[in-house]
Amino acid sequence: MITRLLLLIPMLLILLTFTFLLLRVAPGDPVRTIFREGTPESVIDRVKRELGLYDPLYIQYFTYLRDIFTGNMGTSIVTSKPVFQEVSDRMPATLELTFASMIVASLMGIGLGVLAGTRRDRPADFGVRLFAALAYNIPIFWLGLILKLVFAVNLGWFPVSGRFSPRLTPPPTVTGLYTIDSLIAGNLVDLADAVDHLILPALTLGTVLAAFFARITRVNVIQMMNSDFVEAARARGITRMSVFYRHAFKNALVPVVTTMGLSFALLFSGAILTETVFSFEGMGRYVFYAISYRDYPAIQGAVVYYGIIMLIISLLIDIVNAYIDPRIRY
Amino acid sequence: MATWFARGRTSMVGRLLGKFWKHSRTGAGLAVWAGILIVLAILFMAIFAPWIAPFDPNTKVANPETPPGGPFPMGTDRSGQDVLSRIIWGARVPLAIVGVSTILSLSIGLPLGLLSGFKGGRLDRLLVLIMDSVYAFPGLLLAITIAAIIGPGIANISVAIAVVYAPTYFRVIRNHVSSVKQQSYVEAATALGVPRGGVISRYILPTVSQNIPVIFSINAADAILTEAGLTFLGLGLPPGIPDWGFDISLNWQRFDYSWWATFYPGLFILILATALTFVGEGLNDILNPLLRKRAAPVAGGT
Amino acid sequence: MSALLEVHDLSVTFETEAGRVHAIHHVDLELPRGTTLGLVGESGCGKSTLGRAILRILAENGAMTGRVVFDGRDLSEMKEKELRTIRGRNMAMIFQDPATRLNPLMRIRDHFFDTLRSHEPNIETEQVLQRSRRVLADVRVPPDRLGMYPHELSGGMRQRIMIALSLLFHPTLLIADEPTTSLDVIIEAQILDLLRDLMSRYDMAVLLITHNLGLVAQFADRVAVMYAGEIIEEADTVPLFQVPKHPYTQGLLRSVIDLETNHLYSVPGSPPDLLGEPKGCPFLPRCGFAMEICKTVDPTPRSVGAEGRRVACHLLQEA
Repeated sequence: MITRLLLLIPMLLILLTFTFLLLRVAPGDPVRTIFREGTPESVIDRVKRELGLYDPLYIQYFTYLRDIFTGNMGTSIVTSKPVFQEVSDRMPATLELTFASMIVASLMGIGLGVLAGTRRDRPADFGVRLFAALAYNIPIFWLGLILKLVFAVNLGWFPVSGRFSPRLTPPPTVTGLYTIDSLIAGNLVDLADAVDHLILPALTLGTVLAAFFARITRVNVIQMMNSDFVEAARARGITRMSVFYRHAFKNALVPVVTTMGLSFALLFSGAILTETVFSFEGMGRYVFYAISYRDYPAIQGAVVYYGIIMLIISLLIDIVNAYIDPRIRY
Repeated sequence: MATWFARGRTSMVGRLLGKFWKHSRTGAGLAVWAGILIVLAILFMAIFAPWIAPFDPNTKVANPETPPGGPFPMGTDRSGQDVLSRIIWGARVPLAIVGVSTILSLSIGLPLGLLSGFKGGRLDRLLVLIMDSVYAFPGLLLAITIAAIIGPGIANISVAIAVVYAPTYFRVIRNHVSSVKQQSYVEAATALGVPRGGVISRYILPTVSQNIPVIFSINAADAILTEAGLTFLGLGLPPGIPDWGFDISLNWQRFDYSWWATFYPGLFILILATALTFVGEGLNDILNPLLRKRAAPVAGGT
Repeated sequence: MSALLEVHDLSVTFETEAGRVHAIHHVDLELPRGTTLGLVGESGCGKSTLGRAILRILAENGAMTGRVVFDGRDLSEMKEKELRTIRGRNMAMIFQDPATRLNPLMRIRDHFFDTLRSHEPNIETEQVLQRSRRVLADVRVPPDRLGMYPHELSGGMRQRIMIALSLLFHPTLLIADEPTTSLDVIIEAQILDLLRDLMSRYDMAVLLITHNLGLVAQFADRVAVMYAGEIIEEADTVPLFQVPKHPYTQGLLRSVIDLETNHLYSVPGSPPDLLGEPKGCPFLPRCGFAMEICKTVDPTPRSVGAEGRRVACHLLQEA
């Protein structure tokens, strides 16, 4: 477990270096683009000097790393606000969406996977597999739009966009996640509103991930039901419930949990699209803007944030794994 | 002839076809057939677009946002262009991009994977570390970054997508080579003096390359979705080129008024990606059966 | 007194991708109380399938015809619910590979809880622990192992625990499917000692399924030899070893290696493919005494001689 964590650090470094190089060697002059036509060269020059863009590459690289590790992610070229601030403002929204989607995906995916695995080659199995194949291949933004059209616009069951109703004030910020903060503040109206706004986006993102989970769960359930220890348990006259839940299901869940950790990347990609469709102001959208405007500090800040979150999630998954599977506790 | 193929008396391509033929009437086989047919149909549509499409995709042919009906089975979009024609023409870009990017991905991932898996050691560890880092990065994000940096255009998007999927090819091949290398028959061959090149080409490559069509199909499906995501976000294509994702980006804000202009392009993305998945997974079920029903307890069982 | 276990005309088939496999073909068996029957045969002959068929835990693609009568009750007519009360309780099974037979996520004591509670849902925790410790003592496993996970224990230990789990309800029949095959020789000897001890103390009937003739010679009162899903010879142990009558049994005994063997003998040929309906005697291709009738008629086991011996061979069909 420790080795896995230690490996994440070089991975993070590679990520950062890759971003650094990519941005530095890219064609195009980001500084120039934020100024109006006809701005004197001296002004542009001065800004560039301040940003350190004239220093030799290796100095820029070390400054870059030093800044990141001291928490200074610079100032956004476009908005002139500290990047750290901007990222901190937006990350909670994406985290909230990600967690909500993960919950949806787990319930849906594992549930369907179990259904299919225990009724192998029967209609339920085929149904689930067909659903999984479609759900996995559906363009996330298209699904989001359809859900939005049917449930928000036509049926009016859910809000069309945003994180929170403009008529209400969001709860005081503790974590930045509206749902948690509402709970902490004891404000159920806010909580209901936040959840209301989360449902369609989480359903969108979660469904695609659910397809993934369903497939893995199904395969593992089938394998476990055919395993030696399940056969031995049946020979001892263990009840069918126990055979399924205690023996087959729990063991089948182990690889699924690992997959959950790995699907974080997929969630983040999907978040960009989901946030766009539902006007959810989170990191996904932010990163997209940053890249489009070549806002170096913003991009770097976003990547760092993402890398750290990735590290934390990996750590969490490893802890959960060790908790579930006694074989890997050392 | 089928048995001749199936007995592996031909090359590895022959063996592949043989296995496929043997299973073609099972569920997995049918899935592959269905998938291939659909992909070919779309390919056909793309190639013969100039003859099939009723209208020019870039010309306004009617009032904007006409509902489906009459001469426009899929209605018109915000610019008054025929959606059906745009769908037909719009197949070209995704197919081209997926095709090119796959070739690029393979040419990076395959040799590196073979090398890494076979040689092992420090080179292997380094390559795995690099590839894993790229792999761990969210695909769409990486594609956006690269596309934003190297600029718009079909070729550039292909490069961006190629970079995103190269690690997948690398990993699968490297892992496979690594495990095949440890098999007794490879050890035996080396002990008998077969030169390294021979070992790779005659023992390792055939087994490993069996997996390539599978990864290809599954990656291709993913690539279609990534490409759609990229163009949906407005990156990468100059205006005027019909592309399914791009069309959605142009019309989605009016989804509640003219749903057809957004619905149909998305539907086709879904269809193409699903067809490719069917091919890939069907082939996978045939070539690497994980869950065959209990095999005959003839030899080896008590 | 009727036998504890009676198997009448049992046949088992499996539906596979390659077609229908006839794993067991019209088998009759009897196992009197408190005795040990050794079921021997080479890999693939169907002996393990027979064990599972008796317990009715075949894989989902398996189908069974014929009757299995245990302690006067017809198992073939029973519903799953009722069968479950017999499994692990009156009839138990231990398996070949202890490494994979215990749930890796459950502690040993949880295995005991699970088993005991499945049959006696209202049993109290303290009682569970008491009974577990008692059977563990019988199999000579220290009670501290209860808190451990399977992967923390050695193969021999795991096998003992499996045996302990099967003894919890004092079954009258124990089916042992290759109980020592995957253990090394020293551990094997320990387990065999243990089994011997338990067999006499618990007064169980044992169906010992193995390919190890030496094991059978030591433990079994009677021996049944299986080939290609059929019982081709059955007799009391000593007479069978002394005077094997079926050509296959003769070949089998000749191929046993001992300190005095000078050259290796093995029965020429290999076992038949179990796909498709069997026609004629299954041993025909490898039999040195084949006759015309062997090609078309499958010999059924018939009494030969005096001492309760049955042989399925046309050679010996003297009226």
